Amino acid sequence: MDSFKGQAVSWYVNDGVVELALDREPCNEIGSATLGELEQFVQAMRTFERSAHALIIYSQRNCGFCAGADLRELYGRSKDMERLQAVGQVRTFLEKIHAVLNAIDATPLATIAATHGVVFGGGFELALACDLIIADKTARFCFPELRLGLIPGFGGIPRLKRDLGNAVVRDLLLTGRSFNATKAQQVGLVSQVVGEGEVLRVARGTAAQVGKFDRKTAAAAKQFIKPIPYEELKREIDIFCELFIRPAVEAGLRKFAESSEALPYLP
Amino acid sequence: MQTSEQTLNDILALAAAHFKVPREKLGPDDDFFKTLKIDSLQALDLLTKLENHFHVELPDYELQGVSDFRTLASRIQSRL
Repeated sequence: MDSFKGQAVSWYVNDGVVELALDREPCNEIGSATLGELEQFVQAMRTFERSAHALIIYSQRNCGFCAGADLRELYGRSKDMERLQAVGQVRTFLEKIHAVLNAIDATPLATIAATHGVVFGGGFELALACDLIIADKTARFCFPELRLGLIPGFGGIPRLKRDLGNAVVRDLLLTGRSFNATKAQQVGLVSQVVGEGEVLRVARGTAAQVGKFDRKTAAAAKQFIKPIPYEELKREIDIFCELFIRPAVEAGLRKFAESSEALPYLP
Repeated sequence: MQTSEQTLNDILALAAAHFKVPREKLGPDDDFFKTLKIDSLQALDLLTKLENHFHVELPDYELQGVSDFRTLASRIQSRL
């Protein structure tokens, strides 16, 4: 399917570039609806890989790229379950989202995350699965999970380690603070910082540039320079599930779910 | 290096312009969440604007408990 419009995402292919747009209220939180449509996208991507050369992932929401996992849905579904049963469901969800992000990470298409506003938690992890991150001046990157008694669960730690120095990874994880786009570029996370509202235009220009080169050569180069840390990704799921079972996590999620704030764990 | 008063005035001007509020409506000791009627996402936006303007990094956890412009200015001033 060359184009698709769902509840949470839409995509279309134009001139060899696949554009995947995130558009789910309030800020593209990744829950079961988004996961389901991303799984559909990954299926469709197998066809696009034969003729397209690039994938751009961007958001149509003003608030930003993606605020992370849908914690309200997670809390709502798990609160009345026995903890072990809840952990089982969480593990299943994580395995599915990992399969999606691993597919995006491994695709021969050159992948570009065109980011603005909040790029938090699972949203940051989605961006990290891409080859390039382009950010507009409003973008902020954050792993707030420790504030909730958890670690990133969508593959963020292994991918962050792949891309950045360990000291920077420790800073992001242990403080839970956010980096602005300038800082993110300084540490090597973001390849270009652009004016507010310009990120999709610049991403399209970058995709067009990538399209000038032989696709098979680009795919071979990418596979060579971008190892996917499959074993660490599986280990991250295990650690996440071990932590999730703790009562403190349920309490943190309840507090989150009961707040009307978009990001109640800030500052 | 600019003075704390200059920093405070810059912050008030930036906040007024960013959230399209008349400058004279903002006072140094005002609660910016209440006066500007902003939420956590918009506060992050303001933080980005301030970091870019002053060329500083201000970890968001330093803003815990900070809700007035004067205290915000002192946090930024300490990083200039």
